Amino acid sequence: MDFRLTEEERMVQSTAREFARKDLAPVAAEANEEGVFPDAIYAQLGELGFLGMTLPEEYGGVGFGNVSLVLVLEEISRVCASTAVTLSVHNSLTNAAILKWGSEELKRTFLPRLAAGEILGAYALTEPSAGSDVSAVRTSAEKRGDEFILNGTKLFISTGDKAGAIVVFARTDPNDRTRGMTAFIVEPSFEGFSVGKKEDKLGLRASTTVELVFEDCRVPASHVLGETGEGMQIALALLDGGRIGIAAQSLGIAQAALDEAVLFARGREQFGKRIVDFQGTRWKIADMATGLDAARLLVYRAASMRDAGEPVVREASMAKLFASTVANRIAYDALQMHGGVGYTKEYLVERLFRDARVLEIYEGTSEIQRLVISRNVLDEYDRLYPAE
Amino acid sequence: MKIITLLKRVPDTEARILINQAGTGINEEGIKFVMNPYDEYGVEEGLLLREKLGEGTTVTVVCMGPEAATEQIRTALAMGADDAVHICDPALDGGGDPFVRAAVLAGAIEAEGFDIVFCGKQAIDDDMGQVQSILAEMLDVPQVNVATGFELADDRSSATILRRIEGGDEKVVTSLPAIVSCDKGLNEPRYASLPGIMKAKKKPLKTLTLADLGFDAAPGESRSEILKWLPLPKGGECRMVEAEEMKDAVAELVRLLREEAKAI
Repeated sequence: MDFRLTEEERMVQSTAREFARKDLAPVAAEANEEGVFPDAIYAQLGELGFLGMTLPEEYGGVGFGNVSLVLVLEEISRVCASTAVTLSVHNSLTNAAILKWGSEELKRTFLPRLAAGEILGAYALTEPSAGSDVSAVRTSAEKRGDEFILNGTKLFISTGDKAGAIVVFARTDPNDRTRGMTAFIVEPSFEGFSVGKKEDKLGLRASTTVELVFEDCRVPASHVLGETGEGMQIALALLDGGRIGIAAQSLGIAQAALDEAVLFARGREQFGKRIVDFQGTRWKIADMATGLDAARLLVYRAASMRDAGEPVVREASMAKLFASTVANRIAYDALQMHGGVGYTKEYLVERLFRDARVLEIYEGTSEIQRLVISRNVLDEYDRLYPAE
Repeated sequence: MKIITLLKRVPDTEARILINQAGTGINEEGIKFVMNPYDEYGVEEGLLLREKLGEGTTVTVVCMGPEAATEQIRTALAMGADDAVHICDPALDGGGDPFVRAAVLAGAIEAEGFDIVFCGKQAIDDDMGQVQSILAEMLDVPQVNVATGFELADDRSSATILRRIEGGDEKVVTSLPAIVSCDKGLNEPRYASLPGIMKAKKKPLKTLTLADLGFDAAPGESRSEILKWLPLPKGGECRMVEAEEMKDAVAELVRLLREEAKAI
């Protein structure tokens, strides 16, 4: 078993790290403080290939795998978790959806523009009454000639107001909970599409989260992803990649919090010695670093299995559950090690603490991950030891 | 035009360098290695020049270093260089002194042919800054060191180079072929983009031994020898001079500097 990254992966990681430090860090603090979406960063991310990194070359992509993607997401997240979530949704959800389920025409129309950063991607599944319960989606899609007419509201859509291609899930059959949903590509120029309320969030303030409103929104039938009725399967299949992406984002926040904690504790003196020299601090640091590495191994495993084409439902959920929990624990401890100043905006750890919270909520809450994992484990036992 | 850019694998600028127990070198354990930052300016200048000249101009990276230096070579290829020559030979372990390094590089550069060689003004590991000058002598071409500006003449037979000097710039015109060593400020090196990293895998990277270059053994003897590496003496304690009145503090500081530190 080889735990080392390849030369190529190290190069990808180092480009992401340099970009994050030199170009992203100077704008990240202000963008997060002011709650501004840093548009210019995405042009640069596009130029460097980050927005099409897992797409094949024929669609303007670069052809890297999921391991490279998680390395990039971690490095970007380490400096700006908001940029990381935008990047993750773009790559793991929108690009992946169109590549796998888009018609050749949809691929040719959207993928090169998504890869170049001309447009950003979004993914709209959640609704006011459909959060963890995905099958409760109510937004309807009614076939009329060569079009579908969409009506309904989507909630908490990352990048929804900035995206040029939005994967939207709507109900084509109100009576069939599992085969009644269909996935569409919606462009913001479509008649009947509008952006509703913009959320004012605790963290990830340099990303944008909005409500999307569909009022007799006309979507060409050519914009259906996969088959009519295949929406639920598409949504669930995409979530594996999405979860690995958020797990990688968790690694970045956790690493940044550990960095901040250690550097602070090394410089801060109380009772005549550096607080890093107190055993209580040392134990915290050991636990933080160990938890982070364990999380990293779970994320790398899920990503590399996915690259090998293996099913990763359980592994993606485990990586997401563990990495997001560990990131919250590390951010909590890192703030605690700072003491009072950690609670002020003078210190980065304050932002990391806020940014970490949503990791356990979106892309499936920790509770949903446990549901997925336990179901998967129990299924395996049922196969191995069938009940009498 | 044939542009050569030299590069050296060096410890990361942020790495904490510790001298090994025997005093024969540094402890490489856990240290990240990178392309010498000054060489990055050279690679970038080569790429800018190729972009300006278009078809028919190539950028070849030449590196002498251990096997692991392929990572830095690939990075230069990912930035956009066309091909690379890696001189890697067990006889060169330890690197040799600047004279030996220049002799090896001269062999490779002569074999390649060149119109211009860009390199860093120094490598940030040993900071000797000699190779480019020795190399220029060996290749019998002019050298302009520590360049912060570069412009090729329209007829491509000469170049105008700026050198930052105290209070201004010095403008130097040199005939070509020549060697130009690069300083910070010359350009802003580009990132190795992701498509660049992918393409770099397929670019030609030639690995040569000393025998391939026609050397029987190490080319020439080192002209200098490093006897021992010594850690810096530990810095003294910082003492704060305190007094009620600033003028008393200044007087005390002056006294300490004169009588104890014997600095003034």
